[in-house]
Amino acid sequence: MFTIEVKVGLKKGVVDPEGSNTLKSLNLLGFEEVGSVKTLKVFRIEMEAPSKEDALKRADEMCQRLLMNPVIHTYLIDVI
Amino acid sequence: MKVSDIRVAVLRMEGINCEQETYDAFERLGARPEFVHIKQLEKRWPDSGGYRDLEEYDILMLPGGFSAGDYIRAGAIFASRIKSSVGKDLVRFIEEGKPVGGFCNGFQIMVELGVLPGYSSTMSDRPEAVLHANDSGNFECRPALLKMVNRGSCVWTSRIEKDEVRLIPVAHAEGNLILDDPDRAYARLFDSDMVVFRYCDTEGDFEAPYPYNPNGSRFNIAGICNDTGNVFGMMPHPERVFDRIAHPDWYRKRISRDEGDGRAVFESVLDHVVKRF
Repeated sequence: MFTIEVKVGLKKGVVDPEGSNTLKSLNLLGFEEVGSVKTLKVFRIEMEAPSKEDALKRADEMCQRLLMNPVIHTYLIDVI
Repeated sequence: MKVSDIRVAVLRMEGINCEQETYDAFERLGARPEFVHIKQLEKRWPDSGGYRDLEEYDILMLPGGFSAGDYIRAGAIFASRIKSSVGKDLVRFIEEGKPVGGFCNGFQIMVELGVLPGYSSTMSDRPEAVLHANDSGNFECRPALLKMVNRGSCVWTSRIEKDEVRLIPVAHAEGNLILDDPDRAYARLFDSDMVVFRYCDTEGDFEAPYPYNPNGSRFNIAGICNDTGNVFGMMPHPERVFDRIAHPDWYRKRISRDEGDGRAVFESVLDHVVKRF
């Protein structure tokens, strides 16, 4: 059994309204040192696989087919 | 084909909430709509009498709503359900020239499915566009002005004059259309007559910023079709303004016609099916 963490974020240059609104609110609360906030979505996936490499390969397919949209997203896969 | 023979599948799954208005629009124009749950097409319906095939229908409608709670991305889960079960049937449906329409969540589903913009194939393996979060970060729910800019390819808008401005409401949080490879994609979209509706201001000007453009979509694009014109998606909701009384200004303006600005979309597509099949 492997536990995989998939982090899906936005490509550089794609607007992140949730991130920029969070930045504004943090600044207003007095966290003036905060210069940028980006939001990420994390999926923690438990799965069976013969090896770590296989697990990573399957997780990559999951990203391609459902978890992210290649037009705006980048993603990172980790075994934890 | 007669209008009364036209069968329309209004496709449902959990979280869709505009199916009744969409159904009513077709029924009131004399067609034969039917609610079809995705499980009926997947043949996972509890009673086999409820099994349905896409080929039984002449028009496929993907209604608005929040299918599967908009989890992952708006429309992504419904799109994967369709693709994994009836993907091939849908490709055949589109290639036969049958109309497929999607409003709001329906448009998001079509983009995630890869049937829009669909310029590399009828249904691309990976999405070639996305409907990203509105620039405002808000759910934008109000009337919007749309100019019809299609030069004649789209079968869903033949009853609307080119450059006519119509008022059709929007209600979405993710409506910012972003295309892959933007430097080429937008030129291609305009050149191939795939742009159908654009947000404008009261003067019909496309330079109109927020709030006229509710989501930040580039070139104010609100709705597009594929290059054969039968597959059409738009973020605003024409089914919500089928009647004039659904317009916010119907009483003030005392317009005597009773049809709302959205009705022509349904009339156009029925016209097309009557003529073509």
